[in-house]
Amino acid sequence: MNRRLSNIYWLGAKEIRSFLHDRVLLALIVYAFSLAVIAMAQSVAQELHNASIAVADEDHSELSRAISQAFLAPYFKPATAITPAEIEPRMDAAKDTFALDIPPHFERDVLAGRMPAIAVNADATAAMQAGIGTGYIEQIVNDEIARVVNRQPAPQNGPVALTTRILYNPNTSSAWFMGVMGIVNNVTMLAIILSGAAVLREREHGTIDHLLVMPLTPLEIALAKIWANGMIIMVAVALSLTLVVQALLGIPINGSVPLFMCGVMLYLFFATAIGIFLSTIARTMPQLGLLYMLVAVPMNVLSGSNTPLESMPRALQIIMQISPSTHFVSFAQSILYRGAGFAVVWPDFLATGAVGLVVFVLALVRFRGSMVAAAG
Amino acid sequence: MNGTYVATLSHVSHRYGHTAALHDVSLAVPSGIVMGLIGPDGVGKSTLLGLLAGAKQLQQGGVEVLGGDMALVAHRDAVCARIAYMPQGLGKNLYPDLSVHENIDFFARLFGQGAAERAQRIATLLHATGLAPFSDRPAGKLSGGMRQKLGLCCALIHDPDLLILDEPTTGVDPLSRRQFWELIGRMHNDRPTMTVLVATAYMEEAERFDLLAAMNGGRVLATGTPAALRQQTGAATIEEAFTALTTGGAPPPKLIIPPREARHTDLAIEARNLTRRFGDFTAVDRVDFAIERGEIFGFLGSNGCGKTTTMKMLCGLLPATEGEATLFGRTVDARDIDLRRRVGYMSQSFSLWTELTVQQNLALHARLFQLPVDYAATRIKQLIDRFGLTEYRDTEAGDLPLGLRQRLSLAVAVVHEPDLLILDEPTSGVDPVARDAFWAELGELSRTQGVTIFVSTHFMNEAARCDRISLMHAGRVLATGTPAQLVAARHATSLEEAFIRYLEEVTPPEQVAPPLAPSNVPAREAAKSVGGARARITAYALRETLELWRDPVRLGFAVLGTLFLMLVLGFGLNTDVEHLAFAAMDRDNTPESRAYLEEMRGSRYFDEHTPLHNYAAMAERMASGELKVAVELPPGFGRDLRRGRPVEVGAWINGAMPFHAETARGYLEGVHAIFLRDMALANGASTSTGAATIETRFIYNQDFRSAEAMVPGVMALLLALIPAILMALAVVREKELGSITNLYVTPTRRVEFVVGKLMPYIGIAFVDFCFLVTMSVVIFDVPLKGSMPTLALGALIYVAATTCYGLLISVFASTQIAALFGTAILTFMPAMQFSGMLTPVSALTGMGWVMGRLFPMSYFLPVSVGVFTKSLGLAALAPQLFFLALFVPALLVLSVNMLRKQEL
Repeated sequence: MNRRLSNIYWLGAKEIRSFLHDRVLLALIVYAFSLAVIAMAQSVAQELHNASIAVADEDHSELSRAISQAFLAPYFKPATAITPAEIEPRMDAAKDTFALDIPPHFERDVLAGRMPAIAVNADATAAMQAGIGTGYIEQIVNDEIARVVNRQPAPQNGPVALTTRILYNPNTSSAWFMGVMGIVNNVTMLAIILSGAAVLREREHGTIDHLLVMPLTPLEIALAKIWANGMIIMVAVALSLTLVVQALLGIPINGSVPLFMCGVMLYLFFATAIGIFLSTIARTMPQLGLLYMLVAVPMNVLSGSNTPLESMPRALQIIMQISPSTHFVSFAQSILYRGAGFAVVWPDFLATGAVGLVVFVLALVRFRGSMVAAAG
Repeated sequence: MNGTYVATLSHVSHRYGHTAALHDVSLAVPSGIVMGLIGPDGVGKSTLLGLLAGAKQLQQGGVEVLGGDMALVAHRDAVCARIAYMPQGLGKNLYPDLSVHENIDFFARLFGQGAAERAQRIATLLHATGLAPFSDRPAGKLSGGMRQKLGLCCALIHDPDLLILDEPTTGVDPLSRRQFWELIGRMHNDRPTMTVLVATAYMEEAERFDLLAAMNGGRVLATGTPAALRQQTGAATIEEAFTALTTGGAPPPKLIIPPREARHTDLAIEARNLTRRFGDFTAVDRVDFAIERGEIFGFLGSNGCGKTTTMKMLCGLLPATEGEATLFGRTVDARDIDLRRRVGYMSQSFSLWTELTVQQNLALHARLFQLPVDYAATRIKQLIDRFGLTEYRDTEAGDLPLGLRQRLSLAVAVVHEPDLLILDEPTSGVDPVARDAFWAELGELSRTQGVTIFVSTHFMNEAARCDRISLMHAGRVLATGTPAQLVAARHATSLEEAFIRYLEEVTPPEQVAPPLAPSNVPAREAAKSVGGARARITAYALRETLELWRDPVRLGFAVLGTLFLMLVLGFGLNTDVEHLAFAAMDRDNTPESRAYLEEMRGSRYFDEHTPLHNYAAMAERMASGELKVAVELPPGFGRDLRRGRPVEVGAWINGAMPFHAETARGYLEGVHAIFLRDMALANGASTSTGAATIETRFIYNQDFRSAEAMVPGVMALLLALIPAILMALAVVREKELGSITNLYVTPTRRVEFVVGKLMPYIGIAFVDFCFLVTMSVVIFDVPLKGSMPTLALGALIYVAATTCYGLLISVFASTQIAALFGTAILTFMPAMQFSGMLTPVSALTGMGWVMGRLFPMSYFLPVSVGVFTKSLGLAALAPQLFFLALFVPALLVLSVNMLRKQEL
């Protein structure tokens, strides 16, 4: 047992040394966990933010001017004044996401109670913003009409008021969300590549022969790769979370960072095992690259870190429940945003660990087999 | 050419970091002769040859080759077509997936030869080298000797005036070696103007050269004919002359291994009927031998005869197909860890960790063999001293010259003091002095410690030192016995002669080849012409295509994988927010409160979960992510409502996913408004809450179906990721595996190299595009409203740009791992987040905006979405296409500039 642990430790130490040797790789990892996370947090707005809007004002009344000027930052960019003829070409060129058409005599008709129609065009190809934005626009237009017409603020919603409270992230700031999801996505990508390529490199360079004539078992070789590459990523995640997300970006973290790191560890066990599994299928690095894309891209894109899980087809949702990346995103959100404790996230931990174990065993079986094949 | 000298070096020095490889070297190479460079490992022979070939960048001093200065790019470009360079290492500049014929054809194309000329020259060369029967065999499946012959064919295809061979016969068996030199002799006879410059570690080969330069410690010690050198030192052979030159005195005493005394009766290795088949090819055919403990057993044979396979079976690296092998009476079993501890193995190709230093490599092995820490330290120090590695202790193994690497491998194989050593050509590429030292060590191990040594070699003087030897050929053992017995059995004068006779008995003699026809195209002109450029681009494109074609796995993944991703992402990437999980906390439970909840249940946006009864449960279920929305209807809701008193409905939204939360809020407000309207209607009140109606039109996608926006987006995403990852390894792989040398020493320009490599991948990506469009229309039912030619044009430019993006990463990265991860991280994030796929580009700010603008997908996405959903044509999309097109030259120029045309 002692001997086994010692082997795993020293093989892993070798792994880390090789890793540190590759300066370009090191620089890429630093980038992935610092600049890339900052870029995600600061630049991407999933809420309505800086939406471009144009108003074709055919009325030129006090009311229409008030409406034109009511679209405020940070939700909207200042409205561009255009002619009705321009609406279509501008939207074709994706210059505007929203375009309002205020018909002639709008104010007169409003005051006369003739219920004129105001057209709001939304570019439905801007999927996320179009839906949210039209809601905002309707509300703003209604408010403005009420204010101008009644010379008073818009009335309350009638006899029943709806008070909504958005929990955990009251301003629905996407910097919170995107920053952490940036880390989560990078973990998956890095873990699979590092461990998979580490095995394949040994094979391409013939060092695997060397390992196999030494008193080492495939289990030891595989575990060494898992702990060493996992460790590298753990360090990157911990630094990124504390230095970049908390300190630099000032994003508050509600939950326990150590608990989250435990989850990361479980997830890394799975992700590095998948890397080893893929390396037993691919014979060369270019093959590994493609295989990796096939596995990692769906795992990342469909994990719920980019789009909601609920909107996927039922079958895909069930499949994605098997993928630990989904559980990873889920417990990352639970712990980091909602301050959930172990009592809440344990099912995710369990699923991640269980799938990880299955993949690890599969990888090990194939790894043993491929070792013999590789020697030929 | 200045008449007598084809090349001169004056005061050349060269350093790698802190290590000096060449030290103020001056040397002149007369034209029309065969000149040898001899010397131990790491004395700068390869560096010198690399400088002469133009493969390495000159640091200090002057190098003139074929009448011009090699420091000048113009001159290098002009003369490289007249130089041929074969780098060290068996077939390092060949392409293993390509056949013999295809390899030569590739080189012929690089030198601008037409189809007819190529065919004729290739046929002549294949015939001359005896490779004609193997012309369809992949280079990777050739034996070492055949590989070197192929390398020679590739080098001679363009009739060079200067042929530079760096240790061409290292690791090649005596018969092949002899054939190789006969071949060189014939070629030189046919073209006496050709100068051949050879570095070698075989001193007996040096005897046949016209002129020798002996090198040591980065300096040239002496230059002269073999006879002159022997005379100068008073030695009988070049080997001894060289030893005298380096040690500065008389040759050291000849190494004599004392004969074995005590006869152990127990066997260390026993093989019975050992057989190994790969498919229908029998690599090892019913081999038997019994080796006693303490014996030095030599294993001889031509390249590819099954020696390595036999050794691997003995080590347990390969299971035997039939028969059995036992070590120390125990059957070889891959799982027998204890047995492994008693065996030291050294594989033929260098297989240590190149990124670890000499010391680190040894230390790691000591650890893994569980040597006690104190003992390990002394043992490592002892080995470093004994194998002459002291000054390289902290050098990374990857930076060691070939001979030193072999010494390190050997030191590693004996670090744990095994009872049995299995050494596969341990001294290939090692100079004579070091080889003697090594054999002295083997003798010591065998005679005093009783270590059994099973060693394969191509050096006859080494074979002569073995207690017994086996001759192997084509998987069979031809003869076994003491060296003297074998010599006597064939009535030979030397072991080498006996060996060659044994082999000639089983192989047909070589036919005498016709002389080479001179090239019809003067090489110098071919290099300059535009036709030459096209030919070289074609050569690279063709080669890359062939390699891709030979790799059905990669080809399959590139096409089917893309379609699979399209299927999964096209269905899965969906921004429609529906079926939000909500739970109600109805503290009122009146018809009014139930009516309110009924409105929510009726909405397709909400799915009801088990009702809540208290805040604690709500907090918990929200925290676990189960609930997205919770609604509380306060006590007295119905009563207050009936009395017209203001009441408040409380709603909690899970804000972890901001986009989700915002959308949920919108839906809640919508449901609330409907409830109010229904209530007002029920009370008979006026419905007008506002004074105007707002008509919202979702244009391009009336149903606001997210697939119509997403599918063209996913297509753009995949056409960014897949071409980039395909291309990402193309250059770095050549760097890592060594074939990049062909760029350095052939007339290929960097831009030709790059463009040639790009073309097949752009082709594949475009095929992908065609499939993806078909899928979008047929499977996803997203109508293609606009102009297909515009979309195709855009896609072509786009995939060219994304392939170039992968190229840039490939040029920049130093290892394949870095290139893979770099491509993943530098394409996935900008494509997913900053190119307008989920968030419109106009809503981006700061760094993300910049990254998006610098990524081609930002410009293709509007084209893809525009043609699919907005029925746009060329005119409307011209600006996007223009910007997209700018990426191709910009990325190409960057990549070409970052690519080196010479090694540092």
